[in-house]
Amino acid sequence: MAAEAGWFFATIFLTFLGLLAITFMIGRVVPIDPVLAAVGDRASAATYEAARQAMGLDLPVWRQFLNYVWGVFNGDLGTSISTGRPVAADLARVFPATLEMATIGIIIGVVLGVPMGVIAASRQGSLVDQAIRVVGLLGYSIPAFWLGLVGLALFYAQLRWVGGPGRLGIFFEGTVPPVTGLLLIDSLIAGNFGAMRNAFWHLVLPASILGFFSLAYIARMTRSFMLDQLSQEFVTTARVKGVPERMVIWRHAFRPIRIQLITVIGLSYAGLLEGSVMIETVFSWPGIGNYLTTGLFNADMNAVLGATLVIGSVFIFINKISDVLYRVLDPRAR
Amino acid sequence: MATTRDWLLADSPTSRTQAGAGRLYRLILGLLSNPLTVLGLFIIAVLVTTAIFADLIAPYSPIRQNLSVRLQPPSWEYLMGTDALGRDIFSRVVHGSRITLTIVLLVAVIAAPVGLLVGAISGYFGGWVDRVLMGVTDIFLSMPKLILALAFVAALGPGINNAIIAIAITTWPAYARIARAETLVLRNSEFIAAVRLQGGSAARIIARHILPLCTSSMIIRVTLDMAGIILTAAGLGFLGLGAQPPMPEWGAMIATGRDYILNQWWVATMPGIAIVIVSLGFCFLGDGLRDVLDPKNGESK
Repeated sequence: MAAEAGWFFATIFLTFLGLLAITFMIGRVVPIDPVLAAVGDRASAATYEAARQAMGLDLPVWRQFLNYVWGVFNGDLGTSISTGRPVAADLARVFPATLEMATIGIIIGVVLGVPMGVIAASRQGSLVDQAIRVVGLLGYSIPAFWLGLVGLALFYAQLRWVGGPGRLGIFFEGTVPPVTGLLLIDSLIAGNFGAMRNAFWHLVLPASILGFFSLAYIARMTRSFMLDQLSQEFVTTARVKGVPERMVIWRHAFRPIRIQLITVIGLSYAGLLEGSVMIETVFSWPGIGNYLTTGLFNADMNAVLGATLVIGSVFIFINKISDVLYRVLDPRAR
Repeated sequence: MATTRDWLLADSPTSRTQAGAGRLYRLILGLLSNPLTVLGLFIIAVLVTTAIFADLIAPYSPIRQNLSVRLQPPSWEYLMGTDALGRDIFSRVVHGSRITLTIVLLVAVIAAPVGLLVGAISGYFGGWVDRVLMGVTDIFLSMPKLILALAFVAALGPGINNAIIAIAITTWPAYARIARAETLVLRNSEFIAAVRLQGGSAARIIARHILPLCTSSMIIRVTLDMAGIILTAAGLGFLGLGAQPPMPEWGAMIATGRDYILNQWWVATMPGIAIVIVSLGFCFLGDGLRDVLDPKNGESK
């Protein structure tokens, strides 16, 4: 067990180092000269050289990489040139907005996706099954940003069912003191139910769109896990014994797949953090994805790499955790 | 007619040609038995035809501007309406099929062989070669693809070539995993041992005997990945990092329609519909191919 835990942390550490190596390399090949950006193009050669040495850019590459890794482990991601603040502080500020949206999204995905997959599997080949299959494939075929735009045109501009871009209407802007950064919870703490309703009104469309993509994946995987179980002999035995079909499906077939589902849900949660990049751009949602794309447009490489690093780390972490959970919970894999 | 059929479906083919033709015939029969797969094949066929004959199909130039007819709604004259610069959206979508097809083919041509080779070498040699190569593969696999592609394009600079390279960099690891798994099974089989006894070198065994046997699972996976590649490319185009204007790339076209989405919905909607249809086509085809070529290996994404 101790060896396994050691191996687990070793792989996480190595993968994280790999991620750092990639962001470091990307940062190095960028055609923007960081020294020039800092001192301006009118600086003398001596000033330029001094700044270059102060920034550690005259050191050999491996030393630069060590410095970079050391900085990241101490929470130093550099300074954003567009906000003029440390990237780490910026990211901490914008992260809750993404977290809130992705969490509501995954709840929608699980609550709808799992039953859909179970129903599809229990009526394999039927029209319902085909319909759910197509919904699942649509989740792989629709560009998230396009669905966001069409959703805005339809539900916001035409039907007025939901709020527009952003997290809050102008009227409520600044009325909620930030505690957790999650607007739904903060407004509840403050007892500001008007703001809470407004926040929900803005959140519902982007979160539903994210939810649709996780629903597609979860339903597809649930269906295939269930098909596996339903073809097992103990299911046939239960049926022969006269157990009602509903009991067969939910108690005999569904129970064993819960472990596999945890892995799938974990992976799709991580996937939503990534999916939120496009959605946030469309909805002007002030989260980490929006921060990343804004950084891209402003050639703000520190911001881009910092956001990449954070999303990548969360992604890796959730990936590995669901891997481990799977092994701990599944008695066969022990 | 029946005799041709019998020849194709013979249980004991007498020549290599007959065996090959028979296998192809069975594959096609299998594919045609599923309506969704047929639909997928049809969509891909239409895409390819459109891309080849784009100049003949498109009624207008995809890039010439005509400001007197800007933002016209869909009509018989302009099937999908016109955009803010008075360009016919239908003609642009038709020409865009070329760009989409190019991206998809180039990514497949770059990423699949790289993954195949890395996976086969890793699986064949085992030991520390395997550990190093799969370590690198796993690092790439456990990272978010879109974000990685974004960061790469940000570094390499926007443009369609760099977008293709960035997407290829993020797609090969999955292929390496598959090729390795297949190679591990094949490595200890008797016919490989026979070749080795005859003095076949490792390079020869991998190239002539292992790689050909990995292709069918590779084709399935590549087809299933096509939708994801199209979406990533469109996403990069939408953010202005992929194809540059005035190229009629579908994602970039959606971006130009973004400012008009509330009143002139068609500008952004039409290219998106093209993306959805083409991606769905690849998904249907990939699903069908998997059912026929690899029935035991159900869902694995």
